[in-house]
Amino acid sequence: MSLSLETSPSEIGEATPGRHRALGHLALVTLGPILAALVLSGLVLLALGVDPLAYYGYVAQRGLFSWLGLQQTLTRMAPLLCLAAALIVAFRAGIWNLGIDGQFLLGAMTAAALAPFLITALPAWMTLLVAAAGAALVGALWSLLPALLRAYQQVNEIITTLMMTFLGVSFANLLVKLVFLDPGTTVPQTRTLPVADRLPTLFGTTISGGLVLGLVAVVVVHLVMTRTAFGLKLRTVGENPLAARHAGLDVPLLTVAVFAISAALAGLAGGIEILGVHGNLRADWNPAYGLAVIPLVFLARFNGFAAILFVFFYSALMIGGESAARRIGVPHYFTLVLVANLLILLALAEYLDHRRRQRAG
Amino acid sequence: MEALLTGAFLTAFLAGAVAAGVPLLLAGLGEQMSEKAGVLNIGIEGMMLMGAYLGFLVAFASGNVALGFMAGLAGGMAVALLMAILCVGLGLNQIVIGIGLTLGVEGLTALLHHFQFSTTYPRLAAAWRVPIPGLVELPVIGPALFDRHPLVYLAFLLVPLLAWLYRRTALGLTLRAAGEKPAALDVAGIDVATVRFLAVLFTGAMAGLGGAFMANVAAGIFIPFMTGGAGFIGIVLAMLARGRPAWVLIGAVVFGGALSLTTALQVAGLNVPTDLIQMLPFAAVMAVLVLYGRKARLPAALGLAYVRGAR
Amino acid sequence: MLAPSAPLAMTQAATAPVVELRGVTKRFPGVLAVDRVDLALLPGEVHALLGENGAGKSTLVAMLAGLVEPDSGTVLVAGEERRIGSPRAALQQGISTVFQHVMLVPTLTVLENLVLGMSWWRRPDRAELEQRLAGIRSAFGIALDLDQTTGELSLGEQQQIEIVRALLRRSRVLILDEATSMLTPEGADELGALMRRLVKSGLAVVFITHKLDEACRFGDRITVLRLGRKVGELAPEGLAAMDQAAAVEEVVGLMFGDRSIAEARAPRLRKAEGPPVLSVRGLTVTGATRLARADDVSFELRPGEILGIAGIDGNGQKQLAEALAGQRTAAAGAVVLDGRDITRASVAERRRLGLRYLTDDRIGEGAVGGFPVATNTVLKEIGASPSGLAAPSLGGIERPGRIAAHARELIDRYDVRTPAETTPIGRLSGGNIQKVLLARELSGEARVVVFNKPTYGLDVPNITASRNRIAAIADAGIAVLLISTDLEELLDVADRIAVMAAGRLTGIVANDEGARARIGALMIGEAA
Repeated sequence: MSLSLETSPSEIGEATPGRHRALGHLALVTLGPILAALVLSGLVLLALGVDPLAYYGYVAQRGLFSWLGLQQTLTRMAPLLCLAAALIVAFRAGIWNLGIDGQFLLGAMTAAALAPFLITALPAWMTLLVAAAGAALVGALWSLLPALLRAYQQVNEIITTLMMTFLGVSFANLLVKLVFLDPGTTVPQTRTLPVADRLPTLFGTTISGGLVLGLVAVVVVHLVMTRTAFGLKLRTVGENPLAARHAGLDVPLLTVAVFAISAALAGLAGGIEILGVHGNLRADWNPAYGLAVIPLVFLARFNGFAAILFVFFYSALMIGGESAARRIGVPHYFTLVLVANLLILLALAEYLDHRRRQRAG
Repeated sequence: MEALLTGAFLTAFLAGAVAAGVPLLLAGLGEQMSEKAGVLNIGIEGMMLMGAYLGFLVAFASGNVALGFMAGLAGGMAVALLMAILCVGLGLNQIVIGIGLTLGVEGLTALLHHFQFSTTYPRLAAAWRVPIPGLVELPVIGPALFDRHPLVYLAFLLVPLLAWLYRRTALGLTLRAAGEKPAALDVAGIDVATVRFLAVLFTGAMAGLGGAFMANVAAGIFIPFMTGGAGFIGIVLAMLARGRPAWVLIGAVVFGGALSLTTALQVAGLNVPTDLIQMLPFAAVMAVLVLYGRKARLPAALGLAYVRGAR
Repeated sequence: MLAPSAPLAMTQAATAPVVELRGVTKRFPGVLAVDRVDLALLPGEVHALLGENGAGKSTLVAMLAGLVEPDSGTVLVAGEERRIGSPRAALQQGISTVFQHVMLVPTLTVLENLVLGMSWWRRPDRAELEQRLAGIRSAFGIALDLDQTTGELSLGEQQQIEIVRALLRRSRVLILDEATSMLTPEGADELGALMRRLVKSGLAVVFITHKLDEACRFGDRITVLRLGRKVGELAPEGLAAMDQAAAVEEVVGLMFGDRSIAEARAPRLRKAEGPPVLSVRGLTVTGATRLARADDVSFELRPGEILGIAGIDGNGQKQLAEALAGQRTAAAGAVVLDGRDITRASVAERRRLGLRYLTDDRIGEGAVGGFPVATNTVLKEIGASPSGLAAPSLGGIERPGRIAAHARELIDRYDVRTPAETTPIGRLSGGNIQKVLLARELSGEARVVVFNKPTYGLDVPNITASRNRIAAIADAGIAVLLISTDLEELLDVADRIAVMAAGRLTGIVANDEGARARIGALMIGEAA
């Protein structure tokens, strides 16, 4: 056992020890960083002259304990869950797909371009289906270049996917402003899909049906990665590409497949957000959900069910935070600080845990 | 289209290229040292942003831009220090920490800016310029290149200086060994962690300076998230330059040119969508990677923590 | 059988030790690596440190080199107690080490590697360096080309760079860790002569080896280690009085105690007969360097036959093995298995047809360390078809129960010592990982098995067991290609032995009486 953390994302999450003390242990290395991140971020609030307890209380009240807020929280989960699924596939296969924000936005753009146009000719269900499929396809296409570069030229995908995100954000804006502009409005945005034709809401609430899609995506991805031969192939590539080649796997082809699946899920996330919530895409809209989902997926140790839980709390934090921005005057940038703290403290907790186990032998 | 050939256009274009290129140059040179030493410094974006924020804040509060640059440099180094402690000292994953630091600085600077200036964006006085006697008289390139803030000249002077250090002193060897085979450097009697620690701090200093230049000289204001990927471009420049500072310079000029095309074209009376222009440098990066990606040889131990005795 | 006795005990001087270890102990999680060992290194003496894998040699080297510090015990340098807390401290005390794995930066030139470690602001002074190298060349006969890229040199040449580097530093102690493992028999003799010249100049040389005869041939003093303990020391006076055979016998007793080393194996049945099962014709594979490639390799292998491939590591053996396994595409030539051309077949296809490959890189390539033993036993099945549907133990859906049952059967049959089939394979010892990989390769219908350095890094009982297993496989009618850098191993089990140098097979000889001499000649003739 070597101390060094390889630059493969799959090695970070898989540090779980024997099964006996596993649960308590897992709680410690999971809840520990969460609490520490809340405290550390609270200190930032304190330094800014904001009462952290009041802030956290308000956020929890708005995001979790009010019916309106809870519905918004559950709705917000839909795209985040799809993004989490996208990252689980990539990270378990040892691929750093940091381009999910670009893939997300282009997926959103595709759905926003297709749906209002298709609805004039097709029934609503088919419109939604085609638009969502289009979003996934465009997302996947946007990852093709980094995928091919990584698979066949060994070009580091961290850089290329980040570049493609910057490109994608501008490209989506460009398309909205020049190609798919709604001539009927003064703000630059696409045409709008009527509320009645969007993804159905659940049981008479305002919760978007996208939530179901998101949940299904995460669970299916989790089962495929942990229970099927295909998932085992991808995990083998992620854990040890040399062993994968030795076992006769076509590593480059599987790499491209991982990119395609991951990016398609990210594109689908964008599609769901448009088809379920917004109905159109405004220019310069970029929620940048992607980078925030990364720590959640690490925190969940690439486990789909755990990811659902963390995405739920993070959604509540976002919804509460957005509300707090208006009421308490703390901009939602604060969630970035919290997420960053979480990511760093999580890595630190893994390190301390590893050290402790090393000493224990 | 004749407007494109006028002196005014070319001067504006070159001046813009320099203004946009200098932060990339500084970031690229800084990242180059980290990468040589085996640290993939993804946190450089955060280091630049911290440099921009602190650089601007101090310059604005004190009215002294030079002091602002010092603060920017210190800000970049402070973030780099965190990165060095976590990644070099403790051996945590360089990518996770890099992303974490970038996100954290983005959030923190935006938050602080909000509490200090709300939604106003105060502007600094126009930056100090030092015309170089003689050269400044040259047509077109004179005002674009030789009537600039001293930091511009300094950044350009860094290129031959670093090239000399890498080629003529043992520094280049030490860094390359740290990136290629840290164990070999260790048994040769040089502490790998120290080398990498200092390399990361240097990166932070350069990135902070580059960020401060963006805010204090190129823009004159601080806007949250204003670095907008410049740090990541710096990473790519360092990757493609294969260890040579001169190639970082060439890359920085090319990307700076792409970034400055917007303003220059507006001067020329052409209205090209800003989104398209913003895509140019990133599209250029991807094009270069597609064409030369295989040649972007990276140090063998890049991104890997070194633990003595572990094989 | 052993080379003529080297002049022992010629340079005795009643001098004090340069470096002395007193009662040093080092404990790693779960292992007592070094247990209260005393060691005195005297100038003008080659001190052979002998022991099998796991005896604690590497840990002692690491202590002297400043890579690990002892938990208890003292280190004395020139009679004074010192801490060697870092490689830098070791170098400052005059202790230089040539490690088993080359510690040079492959992308730097020879010159750059020689000056590596100097203060960063200084300029390497080439003229001064060349002057000193000239001195070293006349004194010790080592010549270096300063401008070559280090990675393109053979391992033997790289080792010379490291020795020169130690001389440039004016070291008092030079440690050579398993220094002969990458040398030809001829190269090992040359190293022995060089050590002789080095100690004459007043150096203390520590020669670490697991090979008995080398310790007896080259050592003035021999210390034997077993399971972390020093079990004996033969002083120069005592050694000088014995002849070589007696010395070997004495050392064998110390090394293995009452364990007998190689229980005589039943002679091979040698029923290699019938048409060849595998024919390789003109196989050519490109590689990264001028040595690491396969160049126009041809041979035939009959059922039940063991063909050995001898040669210095890094001369294309791995490229050849990977090309046979289908992991590397051949640039030219043909591979025919049972009359069927498989030159373009995939890894999975070859495996299905009965061609198996046991890699030398057990942990890096052969297994996924974080996966359970059970998963590793079926790792090669998941690549069998694109969907995994045709795999025997896997459907499209994993069947943990069937995989576990399969794994338990193999664990039982191959005597794998593991807590459970769910234990991550990375936690097992090298010998047990080797058993798992062997079990995996032999499951199903194997026709030809390619072994790449199958006993490398194992301890003696596991080495013996592995060799017996290889012989048994061949006796069962399977054709074996045995690639090994250990000539004794090949002479022990192979029917025929080919020598590989710089990517070419320089000759194939039958393993009979004069085989050793003929192989030696082939190696010297062509080895780079």
